Amino acid sequence: MIQALRTRRGLVVIALAALAIALPLLTQAFDQRYLLSIGTRVVIWSIAAASLNLILGYGGMVSFGHAVFFGIGGYAVGILGHHGVVLGWVQWPVGVLAAALWAAAIGALSLRTRGVYFIMITLAFSQLVYYVGVGLEAYGADDGLNISRSRFPGLIDLRDRAAFYWLCLALLGLVLWFSARFANSHFGFVLRGAKSNDVRMASLGFPVFRYRLAAFTISGALGGLSGVLLANHDAYISPAMMSWVKSGDLIVIVVLGGMGTVFGPVWGTVAFFVLEESLKPVIDLFRKGWGEYWQIVFGPILILIALYAKGGIDSLLGGRRDGGGGHG
Amino acid sequence: MDYLAIQILNGVQLGLLMFLLAAGLTLTFGIMDLVNLAHGSLYMMGAYFAWTLIGWTDSFVLGALLTLPAALALGAVVEAVVIRRLYARDHLDQVLATFGLILFFNELVRVIWGPAGKSIALPAFLSGTVEILPGLPYPAYRFAIIVVGGVVALLLAWMVQRTRTGMLIRAGASNRRMIGALGVDINLLFTLVFGLGAVFAALAGLMAAPILSVKIGMGDDILILAFVIIVIGGIGSIKGAFIAAMVVGQIDIFGRAFLPDLLKTFLSNAAASTAAPAISQVLIYLVMAGVLVWRPTGLFGPRT
Amino acid sequence: MVEPLLSVTGLLKRFGGLVATDNVSLDVREGEIHALIGPNGAGKTTLVHQLTGQLAPDAGSVRFAGLDITRLATPQRARLGMARSYQITSVLRDFTAEDNVAIAVQAHRGHSFRFFADARHDASLRVPARAGLAAVGLDARADTLAANLSHGEQRQLEIAMALAGAPRLLLLDEPMAGMGPDESQRMIALLAGLKERRGILLIEHDMEAVFRLADRITVLVYGRAIATGTPDEIRRDPAVREAYLGDEAMPC
Repeated sequence: MIQALRTRRGLVVIALAALAIALPLLTQAFDQRYLLSIGTRVVIWSIAAASLNLILGYGGMVSFGHAVFFGIGGYAVGILGHHGVVLGWVQWPVGVLAAALWAAAIGALSLRTRGVYFIMITLAFSQLVYYVGVGLEAYGADDGLNISRSRFPGLIDLRDRAAFYWLCLALLGLVLWFSARFANSHFGFVLRGAKSNDVRMASLGFPVFRYRLAAFTISGALGGLSGVLLANHDAYISPAMMSWVKSGDLIVIVVLGGMGTVFGPVWGTVAFFVLEESLKPVIDLFRKGWGEYWQIVFGPILILIALYAKGGIDSLLGGRRDGGGGHG
Repeated sequence: MDYLAIQILNGVQLGLLMFLLAAGLTLTFGIMDLVNLAHGSLYMMGAYFAWTLIGWTDSFVLGALLTLPAALALGAVVEAVVIRRLYARDHLDQVLATFGLILFFNELVRVIWGPAGKSIALPAFLSGTVEILPGLPYPAYRFAIIVVGGVVALLLAWMVQRTRTGMLIRAGASNRRMIGALGVDINLLFTLVFGLGAVFAALAGLMAAPILSVKIGMGDDILILAFVIIVIGGIGSIKGAFIAAMVVGQIDIFGRAFLPDLLKTFLSNAAASTAAPAISQVLIYLVMAGVLVWRPTGLFGPRT
Repeated sequence: MVEPLLSVTGLLKRFGGLVATDNVSLDVREGEIHALIGPNGAGKTTLVHQLTGQLAPDAGSVRFAGLDITRLATPQRARLGMARSYQITSVLRDFTAEDNVAIAVQAHRGHSFRFFADARHDASLRVPARAGLAAVGLDARADTLAANLSHGEQRQLEIAMALAGAPRLLLLDEPMAGMGPDESQRMIALLAGLKERRGILLIEHDMEAVFRLADRITVLVYGRAIATGTPDEIRRDPAVREAYLGDEAMPC
């Protein structure tokens, strides 16, 4: 903690963490409930982005179907709740486990391909699940399903917005802590080495496929967790949770924040939501009523980021990126 | 029997539309190693151009014909402003930048043409039916799509197989460094191929417009199908794209035309009509996954 | 007679109509440097790829340390004690020199499914890694990113990585490619000291280095091994002179 205060990144993290913890009190004091809802979404999306960062940022696997885990986690909660299984103690592990199993299955198939084929096959598998969701008449098909939130009797009431927010925030903290350990662990070194040069890693004696599959599975499980949380936040599930555009958004967030950095996914999510919320009023300033066209500005911003700002926001905070050599 | 024949023709028609979209994509992919998510936007722009130009000229054929050079111009501009900077980048940068292009084009359409969808009316000579076999009437416009799509597919096959440009394209798809060594102006070839892809995409968009209606984001979902097609066929392979497009077209039509009745034998009517199109989509992705597991670079893709 | 460390029998590899490896048999004994020479396109690298498992042969067998490894995957062969360097430098460019060697050490420390312990401060990796760097003369560059090392230093780093697992067989694919004369001399000295307790298969175009280092030489032409013997025998072999050495200065 003392050490963290010495770097710019440390200061920013601590300041933001303090602000994040105090957010429910602030939104209550200023009577801005809407902001707490956005805050909760930012936290949940940060978890999803952090889970994608494990494979995309550290592993170099461009998975273009990560939103599918929103869907799997969410539908696990929704479907179980629909059939009267409302206990979070059942719903949440089922959601995370289902996501992990699906990740292991599609990872085993997808990781046999490389490059563009990998991008496309992960996209195809997420579309597959998306259309399963669309075809499930019993669970609302295209229109989705209103669900009741998971119950943790005697422990926490998820309908309490502040309590739910703090729970999500605590889970985000855990996920980030795990990411930090993960990145510099023996496993993380193998994964990052394979990103750098997978042929070399194989000839050194690492069965690269197994390590990648394990990372893919862990990433899927944490993605499932974010889906469980998202469904509980919205009290609603629908196939739109896992549309491919959402998967694209997640990639944007991870790159925007800084690939292969511990806090990058958080910066990226915050920036993404801030851009979304602020571009509208800013554009309205120039020309009234045009704010709803914010993506006409956001699109070119993405292009510029892709072309000129690969280090992402985290690199603005100085210091060597965690995704680099990591020696120290 | 007639019903079956008509549905098969519908599948061919859909397959040809998707082939037009996939052809440009597989070439840009194969030659420039470019993941272009915005290809669906060119398809959408083709449909909107057609709507404007048809209204303007008050002639379906003339408007449709004018759409093609307009699409070529748009393609050239997009290539010069954004795409050219992406060739040397990794796939992730390309995904990100062209994802940005999608957002841009979707909003641009909303600004220019408004949020409501448009429809393009068919001229009288295309709105009836033709008797393609004795006693087998078929909608004239769909038949026209098959004819135009078929002719374009043949032209493309001829161009790729028989002309010098086509030879360069094939050489480029299998070995990019080689065309540079042949002393060919790569930039020109890339712009040409990208522009050609834009024209094909726009042609698909304008032909689909009277059937599917013109709306924002119309290119997004069909883009994914086009990707599926080129991945099944093998990136860079026109032949592979054609075969895959036909297969996907037939699966899609099968799901819409036959699966509902099949499902109704054990599902409720409502559940069956929701599930059937979804199942046909799921089937398409399963086919793709199966092909990739069997052949990780597609049916006719480059072997390592 | 003791079985050689590596023995290749009747290896065959076709690419379409082209026979890249044409019924090649050779062996590498412990304690020797066996050089593989031949003109460009003779199939030397293709042969190495089959030894390491990156390519599967169409026929023939590879035995290593008493085991038939023809069907084993690359990582399994590596863990049996086979290490290689690449013709085109292949290091982990985003990692420091020390990390590169540490990862190579890690490859031989059982599985790496360890998610929490900090590999940056694992002495069981770091101590041998630093020793490995020192052995090739790179200790001063331990904290430099591999991408920022000079070409010659990267080639030395490759050797350090290959040696990290204490391999019984080293497959070195043109370790001197692109090196200046000084760097080459240092590399020759380094390689000469490596053959004790292990075998080395050396592919090299630098004939001076080959004839100074090699105990035996095999000449590969169009995928076929046309001769195997001591440097003197190879020098005198008329077929070799005809096929290969005729157009190059012959070291004496």
